Amino acid sequence: MQPKTIVEKIWDKHVVHQEKDKPDLLYIDLHLVHEVTSPQAFEGLRMKGRKVRRPDLTYATMDHNVPTLDRYFIKDPVSKKQMDTLKDNCEEFGITLADIDHPDQGIVHVIGPELGLTQPGKTIVCGDSHTSTHGAFGALAFGIGTSEVEHVLATQTLWQAPPKTLNVKVNGELGKGVTAKDLILAIIAKFGVRFGTGYVIEYTGDAVKSLTMEERMTVCNMSIEAGARAGLISPDETTFEFLQGKRHVPDGEAFDKAVQEWKALATDPDATYDATVEINGDEIEPQVSWGTNPGMCIPVNETIPSPEDANSASEKEEIERALEYMGLEAGQPITSVNVDHVFIGSCTNSRLSDLRRAADIVIGKKVSDHVTAIVVPGSQTIKLLAEAEGLDKVFLDAGFEWREAGCSMCLAMNDDVIPYGERCASTSNRNFEGRQGNGARTHLVSPEMAAAAAIEGHFIDVRKYTVPSFSS
Amino acid sequence: MEPIRQHQGLVYPINRANIDTDQIIPKQFLKRIERQGFGQFLFYNWRYDDDGNVRSNFSLNDPKYKDASILVAGENFGCGSSREHAPWSLQDYGFKVIVAPSFADIFFNNCVKTGILPVQLTTKETEVLIANAEAKEYKLTVDLEQEKVYDSEGFNASFSLSAYQREMLLNGWDEISVTLTHEDKISEFEAATSR
Repeated sequence: MQPKTIVEKIWDKHVVHQEKDKPDLLYIDLHLVHEVTSPQAFEGLRMKGRKVRRPDLTYATMDHNVPTLDRYFIKDPVSKKQMDTLKDNCEEFGITLADIDHPDQGIVHVIGPELGLTQPGKTIVCGDSHTSTHGAFGALAFGIGTSEVEHVLATQTLWQAPPKTLNVKVNGELGKGVTAKDLILAIIAKFGVRFGTGYVIEYTGDAVKSLTMEERMTVCNMSIEAGARAGLISPDETTFEFLQGKRHVPDGEAFDKAVQEWKALATDPDATYDATVEINGDEIEPQVSWGTNPGMCIPVNETIPSPEDANSASEKEEIERALEYMGLEAGQPITSVNVDHVFIGSCTNSRLSDLRRAADIVIGKKVSDHVTAIVVPGSQTIKLLAEAEGLDKVFLDAGFEWREAGCSMCLAMNDDVIPYGERCASTSNRNFEGRQGNGARTHLVSPEMAAAAAIEGHFIDVRKYTVPSFSS
Repeated sequence: MEPIRQHQGLVYPINRANIDTDQIIPKQFLKRIERQGFGQFLFYNWRYDDDGNVRSNFSLNDPKYKDASILVAGENFGCGSSREHAPWSLQDYGFKVIVAPSFADIFFNNCVKTGILPVQLTTKETEVLIANAEAKEYKLTVDLEQEKVYDSEGFNASFSLSAYQREMLLNGWDEISVTLTHEDKISEFEAATSR
């Protein structure tokens, strides 16, 4: 039998229909829905008198608009209407909804894995580009637009051309204090923000195999920042161990049977990819983004690049624009840059282990006088688990705010907005102009680096801290 | 969806790479539950300052581009989010065709589903179009049937879409209706795989 990649194996198991000169009609196993990209899709169904084909394979929550201070007080009537509309649509079409007052509510890409809805071998879509997160489990998961949301609601399928595959192989091991976030930022900095366009990425290599599930989610989450709609990792014992006991995962004999099927999904040893790139994990250092796309990243001990270092006129212009927007000087050490805000949260870095590692940094210390720092857990479940461990106390004692679950300051659709011209060390995924507020300046970092920046008031190499998690 | 076969229109050039969906339509405008009316928010933070005043130094505010319907931009247009509000805002503003050397995957797909024609040309060809449109009032014709882009001065370039995407746009199909003709196959698949 011809060796295959995991992508080819999942694809072959989901083709409903094939014909000449057409993409394949692909079956979708799980459709996640949130309030922002769904209202027009439901309205489309209503206008044509169509039903949701498989409400049982559809799961909704609210995350983008949710307030993180008082979740029942939504100031903006337009936000409120969007959330109420999701509730009405879920009722009308019979879809399970983790509503604002539901204990399972949280960021859609955090709760899917948490509930065990995300499983190896599934095809998973959501009207959200960070759906790639679910690839950490060996699922083929990608973001879609609202027209396709409507299509999946009506038919449980999508027309898709088979993607090209790209192997991103990470050799060696990550150093102490170097995180999954630094790994994915370093990959995008090295290969650029469009090297994944047209591909599905599979992350392989020793440094990837030794990542925990939460770390794998951080890596796969940002595949879209490299241009790839989907990024995944072949499932292994780490995956199965995480899944065992999750609410929607089969148990007992059914679990053992599922594990056998999941194991068979892993890419065969001699399978070939359309392209392969390699990076050495040992050489990666903690990263800080300095510019206005996630590829504009440097190791924490380096200086901000100069337009003169550009390889082309258009790149030179891009660097100039980014420096101007960010209010930075070429040649300036990134550690000399002061921050006004720190945000720990988002579908990239808001899971329990992220919060634990950030808490390790801040315990017994105080947030710098000129910094406003907030922690936004990814889900209500994470919030409660963190509180049970006393993490909320650690953050609050240090001067952080401890908030309710949601997307929050990652895209600032709720009230959590960075004021014009102010600077934020953020554990989120995009440093685009205006992302965290009009004129806001975003620096992407790991939770550890964000926590250290909160304490120091500027960026610092987190490896200068002595903390338990670095010695394990 | 409105079919699109051939379009002639005024070109608006924006010589930047990596124009992301947060620039095309900032997040504060994603809260509406309607599909129409997003054109007023297109490139909002570039067109207006923090107080809502028009920024005269942003080229789209130049009256000479008022009736533009073909946007030409740099590499990786539409990177970032999957928000279909991005093509909706471009379409509602009046753009029917977007030309670039490369597009983000999800954005490209969303354009086709919305009825905007995304045209991928080479970097060199795109640069020629941008230079022309910056220098003068510049019109292009885009012919989807022939997969050609040309002007009245001798510029002529080819592009290609997949056969399926081409048919979708040419016919303005409702894709769900097409898919539902295969409903029996979907049911068979579900039965055979116990879904």
